[in-house]
Amino acid sequence: MDELEKLFENYDLSRDNLIPILQEIQEHEGYLSPESIALVGKKLKIPNSQVYGVATFYNQFRFVPKGKYNIQLCRGTACHVLGSATVLEEFEKHLDIKAGQTTKDGLFSLEVVACIGACGLAPAISVNGEVFAKVNRETVKAITSLYN
Amino acid sequence: MNIEVNNISVEANNGETILDVLKRNNIHVPTLCHIKDMLPSGACRICIVEDIKTGKLIPSCSFPAYDGLKIKTHSYKVINARKTIVELLLANHPNDCLYCDRNQNCDLQTLASDLQIKQPRIKGQKEHHNLDFSSVSLKRDPDKCILCGRCVRVCETIMGVSAISFINRGSRTFIGTALNEGLNTSSCINCGRCVVVCPTGALSEQTQYEKVIEAINNSEKTVVVQYAPAISVSLAEFFDIEAGTDVNGKMNAALRRLGFDKVFDTTFSADLTIMEEGTELINRLQNGGKLPMFTSCCPAWIKYAEEFLPDMLDNISTCKSPQQMLGAIIKTYFAEKIGTKPENIYSVSIMPCVAKKFEEQRVEMGSESISDIDAVLTTRELAELIKTYGIDFKNLEPESADSPHGERSTAGKLFGVSGGVMEAAIRTAYAKLTGNELEDLKVEAVRGLEGRKEAKLNINGFELGVAVVSGLANAIQLIDEIKKGRSDIHFVEIMACPGGCINGGGQKLHSDIEDIKKRMQSLYIIDIDENEPLKVSHKNKEVLDLYEKFLGEPNSHKAHELLHTKYHKRDVLL
Ligand code: SF4
Ligand code: SF4
Ligand code: SF4
Ligand code: FES
Repeated sequence: MDELEKLFENYDLSRDNLIPILQEIQEHEGYLSPESIALVGKKLKIPNSQVYGVATFYNQFRFVPKGKYNIQLCRGTACHVLGSATVLEEFEKHLDIKAGQTTKDGLFSLEVVACIGACGLAPAISVNGEVFAKVNRETVKAITSLYN
Repeated sequence: MNIEVNNISVEANNGETILDVLKRNNIHVPTLCHIKDMLPSGACRICIVEDIKTGKLIPSCSFPAYDGLKIKTHSYKVINARKTIVELLLANHPNDCLYCDRNQNCDLQTLASDLQIKQPRIKGQKEHHNLDFSSVSLKRDPDKCILCGRCVRVCETIMGVSAISFINRGSRTFIGTALNEGLNTSSCINCGRCVVVCPTGALSEQTQYEKVIEAINNSEKTVVVQYAPAISVSLAEFFDIEAGTDVNGKMNAALRRLGFDKVFDTTFSADLTIMEEGTELINRLQNGGKLPMFTSCCPAWIKYAEEFLPDMLDNISTCKSPQQMLGAIIKTYFAEKIGTKPENIYSVSIMPCVAKKFEEQRVEMGSESISDIDAVLTTRELAELIKTYGIDFKNLEPESADSPHGERSTAGKLFGVSGGVMEAAIRTAYAKLTGNELEDLKVEAVRGLEGRKEAKLNINGFELGVAVVSGLANAIQLIDEIKKGRSDIHFVEIMACPGGCINGGGQKLHSDIEDIKKRMQSLYIIDIDENEPLKVSHKNKEVLDLYEKFLGEPNSHKAHELLHTKYHKRDVLL
């Protein structure tokens, strides 16, 4: 918490800085915890519901820590065309979470990201940085079973 | 200047929106997101009209009227567009009107019916959100929300709370609290302002009438009811009687027919409150106590203070609200008097307020296992109950309230309107300090619906500064001034609802400002009624009798035990 407090020293405590502050907190902590949302609200004098409202408006923020294995799904054009939406659906079904969430056991988290630069391998995903190519409905289970 | 509406020329004033002009001329155009006297948000577009010259559809609630403007309010194009808007809203609506709290009282339903939508034409999907039953005052059903944003705006601008906000975006948008937790852990102060403005069944109060019916039908219970000062002037509207009519007598009769064993008047304990609070104020003034003193009858304001002003809790009068005072007296003095155990009494109160449901269940409000009050019904719930039981309200013969807690002053009755607690307190404090009654009982400066009223009164050479605020955002402003060093104010009355309880969160939905004014006028008329001899709280015989037989003096040990309370800092997600 003390470290978080320090972070505010670099900012003018105005509403304009809400997003950059949230971004920096997420960079530090990996996600926006209830405590950090409350702290931002207090510092910037913005009701917490509004801090949360603004944060949820942008896809980049998460509200639970990432899982041990963070699955990043590419939504670049190539991946999209070759069926990344189906892959996402399958992951969501298989892990029983939505993009942006973490499984209850804390093992997996799911994230949709901009192009990861593996268009030749589309649809591509990465798990903690390890890239998997040409993923489809059938391979989803196999991939998750590699991490346990 | 003039504008042309449906081929007829009508006058428009500078600065008016098209909607203002239409309303003034009784031309009906539907609205959903619009709130009178607030900046337009333009979210719903149901208020569109056709600009004849350009053929464009323009939102009338936000579009300024200008000279020469020609519009049609119900052209083919307009009606079709409105229809599509409503169809889109219905496309992801649960459609369970029959079982909805707002059945036959819902703007969406009315619109669908007015626009003759008979078929679900558009199929849509919407993310499902769970019901939020966590608050003791309110229920939320986000699936019925049409995202008009009215709740968010009143919560922010009128209450200054912002417990709720728009969460997410696009098709995933919903209204929620910080972190999408239950309302009970949020900063919500239970005022119910959001319920009153919600056009659909997405927001409603937690009802308790079933518990009450059960108690009435339990022969082992003595079921006692009390009603707040504002109720008797607010109930008429539900039964086709002119708004503001004082139906106190009919209401007493109806409550007996519903099966309540004793009918008491919370205005009795408003008088009791004045005795306690007046004495407390005088003590603070004479013994260097914390000043200014804030009133404590509004539980929404109290919760706000506990959340946002923990360092000012000592400024709040320790008096319980009239509801809780009478509750405590009923479970002690009255129980003893009729020779029954407090646990055999079921105590119900009828309130214009949903925050009273929260107040009632606070742990401080009772002793050991005995709660001062067992159930709180809103004005709306009482009206429903009267209908359920087939009581012909309009034709009931008036009856009186019961003794020993039925006598009341017209000063206590003023508690229902912003400024009333102040006026009643001034009458009594003046008499206590000078030994004489005020020559002119009416304290004009604290009357009316304005959000902030102030007055200076000379009592025995001492200049007493008082302020009255309603609409919590106005209170927040005043408190800021006080924090910054303003010291000419000694006593502050705070009501969360604009205009006070006559405009409470438990009152008739869709209440018009004119109706609210009529309720207010009615309370003022009662105060000058010649058939009402008792005009000051300190002459209420039943109250004086209660002191003599039971409580001793105002602020006595016993009074403190039963009629006063404590406040605590609250940690919530603000
Ligand atoms: S009850 Fe009052 S404080 Fe709570 S959400 Fe509604 S308007 Fe806001
Ligand atoms: S809850 Fe009601 S008032 Fe609030 S946005 Fe939804 S429909 Fe409008
Ligand atoms: S002003 Fe009256 S109705 Fe409104 S919250 Fe306070 S006590 Fe309830
Ligand atoms: S009422 Fe005009 S846009 Fe909603």
